[in-house]
Amino acid sequence: MDISLKVKRFDPQRESEHAFQQEYVLDVPDYFTVLDALIEVRENVDETLAFRCSCRAAICGSCAMRVNGHATLACKTKLTDVMTSDQVVAVEPAGNLPVVRDLVVDMVPFWDKVHSVSPWIRPDGPEPEAEYVVSNDAMSHLNQVMGCIMCGACVSDCTVLEVDNNFLGPAALAKAYRFVADPRDGAVPERLNEYQKPGGVWDCTRCFECVQACPKGVAPMERIMVLREHVLAAGHKGTYGARHTRAFEKLVAHSGRLDELKLVPMTFGFFNIPKLIGMIPVAIRAAAKFKTPPLIHKPVQGVEKVRRLVKRVKSYQDATHDNRSNGVS
Amino acid sequence: MILDHDVIVIGAGLAGMRAALAAQQEGANVAVVSKVHPVRSHSNAAQGGINAALTDRGDPWEDHAYATVKGSDYLGDQDAIEVMAKEAGDAVIELEHMGVIFSRDEEGRLGTRRFGGQERARTFFVADITGQVMLHVLHEQLMKAGTKVYEEWFVTSLVMDEGRCVGVTALEMMTGELHLIRANAVILATGGLGRVFEPSTNGLIVTGDGMALAYEAGGSLMDMEMVQYHPTTLKSNGVLITEAARGEGAYLLNKDGERFMERYAPNMMELASRDVVSRAEQTEINEGRGIDGCVLLDLRHLGRNFIEERLRYINEVTMDFLGMDLADQPIPIRPGMHYQMGGVKTNVDGATQIPGLYAAGECACVSVHGGNRLGANSLLDTVIFGRRSGVAATEFALGKTVPAVSETVIDTEQRRLRSIIEREIGEDSVASIRLEMGQVMNENLAVFREKNGMEAAKRKIVELKERARIVGIRDKGRVYNTALLFSLELEFMLDCAEVIAASGLSREESRGAHFRVDMRERDDENFLKHTVATKSEKGPEISFSPVTITRWQPEERKY
Repeated sequence: MDISLKVKRFDPQRESEHAFQQEYVLDVPDYFTVLDALIEVRENVDETLAFRCSCRAAICGSCAMRVNGHATLACKTKLTDVMTSDQVVAVEPAGNLPVVRDLVVDMVPFWDKVHSVSPWIRPDGPEPEAEYVVSNDAMSHLNQVMGCIMCGACVSDCTVLEVDNNFLGPAALAKAYRFVADPRDGAVPERLNEYQKPGGVWDCTRCFECVQACPKGVAPMERIMVLREHVLAAGHKGTYGARHTRAFEKLVAHSGRLDELKLVPMTFGFFNIPKLIGMIPVAIRAAAKFKTPPLIHKPVQGVEKVRRLVKRVKSYQDATHDNRSNGVS
Repeated sequence: MILDHDVIVIGAGLAGMRAALAAQQEGANVAVVSKVHPVRSHSNAAQGGINAALTDRGDPWEDHAYATVKGSDYLGDQDAIEVMAKEAGDAVIELEHMGVIFSRDEEGRLGTRRFGGQERARTFFVADITGQVMLHVLHEQLMKAGTKVYEEWFVTSLVMDEGRCVGVTALEMMTGELHLIRANAVILATGGLGRVFEPSTNGLIVTGDGMALAYEAGGSLMDMEMVQYHPTTLKSNGVLITEAARGEGAYLLNKDGERFMERYAPNMMELASRDVVSRAEQTEINEGRGIDGCVLLDLRHLGRNFIEERLRYINEVTMDFLGMDLADQPIPIRPGMHYQMGGVKTNVDGATQIPGLYAAGECACVSVHGGNRLGANSLLDTVIFGRRSGVAATEFALGKTVPAVSETVIDTEQRRLRSIIEREIGEDSVASIRLEMGQVMNENLAVFREKNGMEAAKRKIVELKERARIVGIRDKGRVYNTALLFSLELEFMLDCAEVIAASGLSREESRGAHFRVDMRERDDENFLKHTVATKSEKGPEISFSPVTITRWQPEERKY
């Protein structure tokens, strides 16, 4: 089949330091992946096209890039699944990382963040003579998150990192979860204290982009949500993130729905004047779009059911948390 | 730039990282030099598991050693195999302590699965991503230790001084700058040479760098004719389907639906050693009982839940590439190039014949795999001999003064690289030379071999070397010039290819993976010995060295 591969290129050695788009028209077999097509270009059309790749089977994590605007592994993406009706596929480097050349990005900032979550096991006391005795469930639960190949697709498409580079990001936090959920790790309290600080678990906006981008089903955002539960259970309740979550919970438990007028002061504190003043422009912008919460906030019908539900969820959470912390013997 | 270290490790896969950790623990100022980030290394692709006899569970290490000796078709050195089998249990426990999430049994102890060529289940595993998890966990340990890694630096040559290896020159991909790294000991841990063959299960980075570097510097390459074809690979792109599938009970079927292994290995069936299974499959295909050049791998009876839990990754692979679900239908597979049993000749401490130069993992030949490697022995090989070489290299390095090699080494090497970039551009290309090499090797040095084919391959490689000497590249830049990298890798691969063909021709018998249709029998009287290739002006020079036999005398090999 004929295919038009539109590649966003960048060469730091050219005089004009701008990215440019180059189109490669190829005749390739139907079963080709985006990576197969890129290799075809490099071998038979244009030797200067730079990109990373190795295993061709979604295990080495080298070839994360954006295809039609979304991050993915080029080796796992079939052309026929992504090309437009006029047989076009657009390829760009991964986002949120500096471009070195063409589709090659600088992964050093990525790894710096991974490094900052202390990504190694920290046992509690001396190691046993033989293996740690832990349940198979506890280990196979970790298969999903250890399936992370550190390709950076999630970081590429993270909407928080786009505006706030201070965020640890989905890959580093998924890695952090791997240790919090490992019954052999003895430093979970210290970890949770670190991960709840600014830039940590509370900075995720739950946009789901990382879940969608992850080619290995790691679902980083869901790991971050579980980390939040652990953080709260460990008693870290002072951050705005924690207060925001608790305010949500209280308001919904009270009236069965969210009272947005109270949510802001409950998060920041009723006497946190600078923060509250800072929210005024947001309120004005919302009002301009007729997005104003009702001034009188009545409980919904059947609010008792909601309250019972909240209670049951909480007792379930407490039980699972106890189980997790007792996984090692 | 000139950099100094006590020990440098080339390659950051399992062997390299394990070596670096050992060297650091022993007090060396160590650095890892790798052409890719550590977690991109090809150890990732090892799926099935790692073998170890846990003696405290009543599994004697001697049984594992014997299975390995028999698997090697008696070409493995038995002293080295004993070392590996004895240390295996501790190595697995150590990995578990580092954080590898090994699968457990009902009591929460390490669980096992069966693997080929062994009577007993002694393969420890993490679903079908064992290598990936081990690689990432060792990288965690490397981050913890704060080990220096020169990432995406490509080693272009070993620096020699009066017969001693005293460092390397390395090209930094991001900047195009060439550096000299001086060290008292250099450990090669560059992995295999899969891309010498087309297709191969191996990643595109697996280009025999370390073997070629040692060969160029005067080292010996041992048993290079022993190239393993894995029984279960995809036809379209050579991607691997783990032996764990058969370890967990999958069947091999021919086009008549017959479990044909019954006729080739009535006791072990699908779990005979890899050379035996690959030959059986190829025979079925050659005799017209295959389907479109393949036979079938059938997992349906294992059930969807089981496949989801233990073989999830290969199901992902077959869904991605074949659009087929393992729980629903058998998949077409065929033997494909997978592993190089041979490599840089070393002793059990990783020392090569060149003082200061060590090797570990697939690029080394200790030899523990001999004529045929057992599945799940490669991961074991990397951690055992990685650690040992790290310790031995440190012992050698400490107390010596840093070799006073001067900057002129950089200038000379820089001129060589410049000359490649400045070559005239013609019709020929690096990619087409590599493809022709891969095809001729896959045609003539595969599961079945014979004299004429191997001679033709050797002649072709010599011709391709001539072409490679003058082939121009179109990328003239400094930053991330992959064309230059591929040109350098091609030279390495052609050296390896020539040695493989020459070694194959010199072994006039059939043993392990080296099966000659013109000499079908094993000949212990004349060929119970290693082939040893060294570089000469006329190409590879082959000599022989004895096999070490401790307690297992060669017997007829039946599965």
